[in-house]
Amino acid sequence: MNNNLKNVCCSGDCSKNEKDCIEASRDLFPENILKFIEQCLKDEHPNSQLITVLHKVQDHFGYLSPQTMDAVAYLMQIPAAKVSGVASFYHYFRLKPCGKHVISVCLGTACYVNGAEAVLKKFSEELGIKEGETTHDGMFTLEIARCLGACALAPVVKIGDDIHSQVTPDKVPFIISSCLKK
Amino acid sequence: MGKIKDQYQKLQEQAQKLTLSPDVIQIRVGSATCENASGAREVAEEFKKNIVVYGSDNVKLLTVGCTGRCSCEPIVSVSKPGKKMVVYQKVDRETAHKIFVSHIKEDRLVEESLLGDASIYNTNKSQTAYSPSQQNLAGFPMTEEFLKLYGDIPFYNSQTRIALRNSGIINPESLHEYISRQGFLGLNIVLDKADPEWVVDQISIAKLRGRGGGGFPTGKKWHLARMSEEKIRYVVCNADEGDPGAFMDRSLLESDPFSVIEGMIIAGYAIGAQKGFFYIRAEYPLAVERVQKAIDLCHKEGLLGKDIWGTGFNFELEIRLGAGAFVCGEETALIHSIEGERGQPRTRPPYPVVKGLWNKPTVINNVETLANIPAIMVMEANNFNKIGTAVSGGTKVFALAGKVNHTGLVEVPMGTSLREVVFGIGGGIPNGKKLKAVQTGGPSGGLLPYSVIDTPIDYDTLAASGSIMGSGGMIVLDEDDCAVDVAKFFLIFTQDESCGKCSPCREGTLRMLEILERITSGNGTLEDLVNLERLANLVKKASLCGLGKAAPNPVLSTLKHFRDEYLAHVVDKRCPAKKCAALIRYEIDPEKCVGCTACARVCPVKCITGERKFAHIIDQKQCIKCGACFNICKFSAVKKT
Ligand SMILES: Cc1cc2nc3c(=O)[nH]c(=O)nc-3n(C[C@H](O)[C@H](O)[C@H](O)COP(=O)(O)O)c2cc1C
Ligand code: SF4
Ligand code: SF4
Ligand code: SF4
Ligand code: FES
Repeated sequence: MNNNLKNVCCSGDCSKNEKDCIEASRDLFPENILKFIEQCLKDEHPNSQLITVLHKVQDHFGYLSPQTMDAVAYLMQIPAAKVSGVASFYHYFRLKPCGKHVISVCLGTACYVNGAEAVLKKFSEELGIKEGETTHDGMFTLEIARCLGACALAPVVKIGDDIHSQVTPDKVPFIISSCLKK
Repeated sequence: MGKIKDQYQKLQEQAQKLTLSPDVIQIRVGSATCENASGAREVAEEFKKNIVVYGSDNVKLLTVGCTGRCSCEPIVSVSKPGKKMVVYQKVDRETAHKIFVSHIKEDRLVEESLLGDASIYNTNKSQTAYSPSQQNLAGFPMTEEFLKLYGDIPFYNSQTRIALRNSGIINPESLHEYISRQGFLGLNIVLDKADPEWVVDQISIAKLRGRGGGGFPTGKKWHLARMSEEKIRYVVCNADEGDPGAFMDRSLLESDPFSVIEGMIIAGYAIGAQKGFFYIRAEYPLAVERVQKAIDLCHKEGLLGKDIWGTGFNFELEIRLGAGAFVCGEETALIHSIEGERGQPRTRPPYPVVKGLWNKPTVINNVETLANIPAIMVMEANNFNKIGTAVSGGTKVFALAGKVNHTGLVEVPMGTSLREVVFGIGGGIPNGKKLKAVQTGGPSGGLLPYSVIDTPIDYDTLAASGSIMGSGGMIVLDEDDCAVDVAKFFLIFTQDESCGKCSPCREGTLRMLEILERITSGNGTLEDLVNLERLANLVKKASLCGLGKAAPNPVLSTLKHFRDEYLAHVVDKRCPAKKCAALIRYEIDPEKCVGCTACARVCPVKCITGERKFAHIIDQKQCIKCGACFNICKFSAVKKT
């Protein structure tokens, strides 16, 4: 399936017809995303919803793969180069797969002055990965955030939907082990 | 014309009917992101459980937004019939249970958890007299309620709340609670008057200036959009809040989304737009959720959509998400982002009020700016402009964070001094340390040294001191923070966020960062300082958009106010704040060292040697300055110099 898609959305040296391509792209996405895209196409400015669609795709898959981006291009009828151009411009979009738990350590100003660097270092040591990397077992991805809006409780770490406040390096092992229990 | 007023009357009556009877005991628990992070959800659950277990029909748990007292969260307040509201701080499950059985059931306050002194709550008389600016809020139910509820409690009692009038008081997901506190009265006044020009005039008379950082007069902006010949126009709410260290807009959207929506509708009516967009950063999921719920509720009540209140005025609102690019807070980049493009700025003019979204006239306003609009309509421009300074009306919300005792949101009249904010409301610096500087304006701002502590805060005064007002982020730095390091921190940020379109910003910030890295690692020269200043001024002049133009501000303001510190790094190879790792030296004092070997065991590079019970020594050549020995020594024998 994925191989097909690679053909589908490349620059045109494939033998598939457009119907197959769209069909293959549709197979990739759940109903809610397809519905949303359909809705967008009726919009006055359909292209303007590209970022919204990319958000939905990332929410579903955890990241934006070349295949899913190509499929978005196909279904929204936007050049594939533009889709990847937009996706790569914005920090929020992840172009690599991520672990089960994404740990975002805030390095915004308030967190920085309250010692967030030491917290990041501790996570890095405990997990054995650097920022932007994922552990071998696929459990954790370590990321840096630029302010999560909870600055008054700095330093702040976000894991999934949970925000941990006033994190110190010595709390890090506990936070990691409580993730593993989930 | 009376018809429009009647419709509001009907809404009001409906809302009043749904309002709780005064005989009910009300427990308010916050539910904004920061409250949830401190455990407010568990506290709410505990109250729910207690209400069921004790069969207390006359007790009602209310979910509210955030009062802005972040360092004391979760905050719980209890209102009993005929009594003053009581506020508790740092409540956990256990305290919640105690509050229930002792205060709610038996009328005994849980004194150890009170916010402020018990004497505040043991009388029904208010003890604090309104300040002159607060007096301007009295008489309007919309703005006076906060004073009535919180007016005696330290931290809140010196604030003048207009933008945050409902935050922490109403349920942000309840339209009727918003309406019951004069919500949508502003819109009603506007539609009843049926004169968009008048609205714009009122905003000008109010002397409202943009709260997003630039301080552009809002009335003038609206006027410019009105002058356009184009029929299609747009309103955009800038909720990108990119300053890393600011959270006013998040809190406002999570705690009182309707006031911003009402502001948007009024703006739409005034400039002749039929469509508005919220541009919210994706990092704020709860804000997005609440704004969407609020939009849906307004639709249901006919406050959004076609032919609002039968006036023929149509207005729609839609949310668009940001995706983690600081530059998208800049107007033209924001427009590109809503259009689904890469968020790169373009040269201005043409300004968005002339050519904005899809080349149509577009008014872009900040969240807080918009939240002020309904209040101006209700309290009237001539009262609003009595608060603040001669050139800038109203208040400003600051997000106080960093090395300050009371972190949180603070709303004060324009022209309040930094001292009042940091030492008065903010309660000063923790751990007996000294204030070093206050950072405002985030990556586009600068460091304000102690010497300007008594300067009134306003757009122009802060600019004169080498910083900017910014959107309201205020980070307090103490003596342990290094000015050079902070400048470097911001430059790493702007360098990373530079969109790369123009070379002064793209290359210039990189070169500046390289110099700062040299300086903080002990390899800087005096020539570097000269080059740094020259480059900074060049980037400021030659960059295309506000990001690049302001990126040198943290460097220029620290060079201006903390040049000594730069010189210490460059000439003496010393970091006076002992922050820059490469310039720190760890040494063991042989007099104090008892030879416990603890440090030798933690040292990651094994560069500490010594026999048990004899003084240890650090091999400076191998030391990587990690500080582990300093942290572990129980005998204060390791010295940091
Ligand atoms: C790099 C950059 C980032 C900005 N970020 C924001 C922001 O996060 N929020 C905001 O309201 N304004 C931001 N602004 C200012 C906006 O461009 C614009 O002036 C403002 O939204 C106008 O609204 P106001 O007049 O109500 O302040 C930013 C400007 C620049 C140059
Ligand atoms: S100044 Fe920086 S952010 Fe602005 S357009 Fe130029 S490169 Fe992009
Ligand atoms: S930990 Fe302190 S007392 Fe113990 S050996 Fe090291 S320097 Fe000496
Ligand atoms: S600072 Fe770190 S590397 Fe240097 S002596 Fe102490 S423990 Fe060892
Ligand atoms: S700086 Fe970390 S949450 Fe804002």
